Amino acid sequence: MKAIAARRHHRLAPVALLLLALLVTGGLYAALAPSAASASAPSEDDIAAGRALFQANCATCHGPSAEGREGAPSLIGVGAAAVDFQVSTGRMPMQMDGAQAMAKPPQFNAEETSQLAAYVASLGAGPAIPSAEQVDPSLGDAANGGALFRTNCAMCHGAIGKGGALSEGKYAPNLGPSTPTQIYEAMQTGPQSMPVFNDANLTPEEKRDIIAFLGEQDAGSPGGTDLGAIGPVGEGIWVWVVGMGLLIACAVWIGAKSS
Amino acid sequence: MSTRATTGQRAAAGTADYLDQRTGVGTAVKGFARKIFPDHWSFLLGEIALYSFVILILSGFFLTMFFVPSMTLIVYEGPLAAMNGVEMSEAFASTLDLSFEVTGGLLMRQIHHWAALLFMAAIVTHMMRVFFTGAFRKPREINWVVGFVLMILGLAAGFTGYSLPDDVLSGNGLRITDGVVKSIPVVGSYMSYFIFGGEFPGEHIIPRLFTLHILLIPGLILALIGLHLFLVVLHKHTHFPGPGRTQRNVVGFPLFPVYVAKAGGFFFIVFGVLALMAGTMTINPVWNYGPYDPSPVAAGAQPDWYMLFLEGGLRLMPGATEFVIAGYTLSLNVLIPAVVIPGLLFTALAAYPFIEAFATGDKREHHLLDRPRNAPVRTGIGVAILTAFFILLLAGANDLIATHFAMSLNDITYIFRVLFFVAPVVAFWATKRLCLGLQRKDRELVLHGHETGRIVRFADGEYIEVHKPLDEYERWIRVQHEPRRPLEILPEHDERGVRRKGYHRDALRARVSRFFYEDRIEPVTPAELAAAHSHGEHDALEGRPSSDGVPAEIASGPSVDARDR
Repeated sequence: MKAIAARRHHRLAPVALLLLALLVTGGLYAALAPSAASASAPSEDDIAAGRALFQANCATCHGPSAEGREGAPSLIGVGAAAVDFQVSTGRMPMQMDGAQAMAKPPQFNAEETSQLAAYVASLGAGPAIPSAEQVDPSLGDAANGGALFRTNCAMCHGAIGKGGALSEGKYAPNLGPSTPTQIYEAMQTGPQSMPVFNDANLTPEEKRDIIAFLGEQDAGSPGGTDLGAIGPVGEGIWVWVVGMGLLIACAVWIGAKSS
Repeated sequence: MSTRATTGQRAAAGTADYLDQRTGVGTAVKGFARKIFPDHWSFLLGEIALYSFVILILSGFFLTMFFVPSMTLIVYEGPLAAMNGVEMSEAFASTLDLSFEVTGGLLMRQIHHWAALLFMAAIVTHMMRVFFTGAFRKPREINWVVGFVLMILGLAAGFTGYSLPDDVLSGNGLRITDGVVKSIPVVGSYMSYFIFGGEFPGEHIIPRLFTLHILLIPGLILALIGLHLFLVVLHKHTHFPGPGRTQRNVVGFPLFPVYVAKAGGFFFIVFGVLALMAGTMTINPVWNYGPYDPSPVAAGAQPDWYMLFLEGGLRLMPGATEFVIAGYTLSLNVLIPAVVIPGLLFTALAAYPFIEAFATGDKREHHLLDRPRNAPVRTGIGVAILTAFFILLLAGANDLIATHFAMSLNDITYIFRVLFFVAPVVAFWATKRLCLGLQRKDRELVLHGHETGRIVRFADGEYIEVHKPLDEYERWIRVQHEPRRPLEILPEHDERGVRRKGYHRDALRARVSRFFYEDRIEPVTPAELAAAHSHGEHDALEGRPSSDGVPAEIASGPSVDARDR
């Protein structure tokens, strides 16, 4: 240490420091930067198993080689993220034709889902499943996420993501039960009526901020029960049911003859 | 116990005497203490509104200590992580401070907001009671109008109040207000500039709303509540028909001590219920909505319940009714649902006592209330108006109905468009028929008594069910009202064949009167009752010499000539 301290006024010291800083930054970036390719490359076995699952469960609508059919899109190039979202939320395989595919308990376990995702990803390049770090709410900025959510998401999903109605029976679902990974994948792939928010539109950091904002909502409402967080209509119902209900009951009691 | 007054009693007597000698207040206190109020739960609905208003003033007083009515932009630094570093108006920031930093602030905010919703709910319920019992009839028409204005002021107070925090939700409401004002032909855009001090949203609207909300509107409400209560005291309270109750008396308990205790206690019950709601149920979580910015609109954006009918009208109205005439836009799609329909609905409500007085031509005072069934058309009109209002409320929540009941938003809107016109008519017709049916039931009861389920077989094999005659009190309630019949008018020409002045007005009056009173069931007259009873005696004499005396029981009711008194 003493040797370094003695040379701290050396004229090459700033250059050395700069190089050191660059090295640390570069190293950290290499170590921490999100990389789609780095998400554990699937093995040939996974792809083969995924193909078998696809043929058995998905090919009826999407075609034997996922090329798509009337009413069912081609899956070539949709990427692993889209498959993981649709299958892990139970939307695919679709239960029935309707305004939109509904979420239900997933039909495949995590391993089968990743095999299906690996197979579809092998058909053509597309968005990969995000890494755990990319979707970690504790790394995001909830305040910035809130501002982004109000601008980009709230018009369909409501102020804090409790869902909302779209036209003809379609709807934006409640985001409460969604996992951070599913939220990220939905933004990246734009399932059903949802627009795609690609990395130019919302950067991966901004997506994580939004996930952090939605994570904040799990803490509950500081004002008591949130009444479903559906806004003034819910409040109006409860003021009639609880407020007027209790007070009319009391009025009947008070107004009863005392004799 | 000593008969000598204690020190406390002497001091109280001395003070009272001092005040009485100088102000003559003793007469007033004595008069008030002996004022009689009738007992009925529905007479306490107005009190709920009054007490909510008192609580609104008390909690609002607290909120003004901390709220900053300013649209100056600042950067929030505080305990709420989801807002840290976000730019917002001082109004929004101070609302967050009130909610998260001021001790008891969130409770006070929630009490204030729940009390506002309850205030309007109680006003509407009280108004329904007054309407359906006919308590608005002479001499109380003016007080009905005062109450109506109070309701409008309540709407205004609520609207100016929930816009103050400057959050996204209420900002959307202000944007709709801006659109509604601009839809008024010719003067609309100027009025919008006038209200917002320039282009929406500007920097003036929050301070302006604040002044209206804490000074002008509550001042007017307070003054009109004074007038409303003064008129109640002046007219004396109405009462429901019953034994000993007439147009010239009030049957009930004195203000002191009975009603001081009942009404005073009720204040604390109202306060308790509001505190319970505010302590356990979130209301208007502005931290969810975020600071106002004209660009975002959240799904599920609705106003408080009493404004929801306007939202519903806007949601129902087809957008195709916007026309561009010579470069000027005529937005009938906004003007009709937000200005014309509420205008018509409210005018009809305010004018109703005068319309009914026109139909009856009745100039007498009424202090006995109607049972709603005895005024079938009035009850039907009331239910029809409520139905239209309720359809608009539901339409205002059409997106929530769609998501919660898995229905198509479009279908719901089409259905409500039809229902808005059809449902009030059906509701009117059904209510009128129900009222007439209930009146028939009353006649049946008065004439034949209660069914007892006891079947008696006579010696000759005939079965009859024994009916128990009504007692005097039960009968009185069912026969006391006077029958209302359509007005008869004089012919158009007098005996000399000259056209009579004012015939057209009379003809109109007759038409309105026919609408009100053509279908009617008249109460049982003493003669009809006597005939029914003699029928029973006739059976008793002819049918059976009888041991069990049942027909005699039917015949033994007291006469009801009381109704002619």
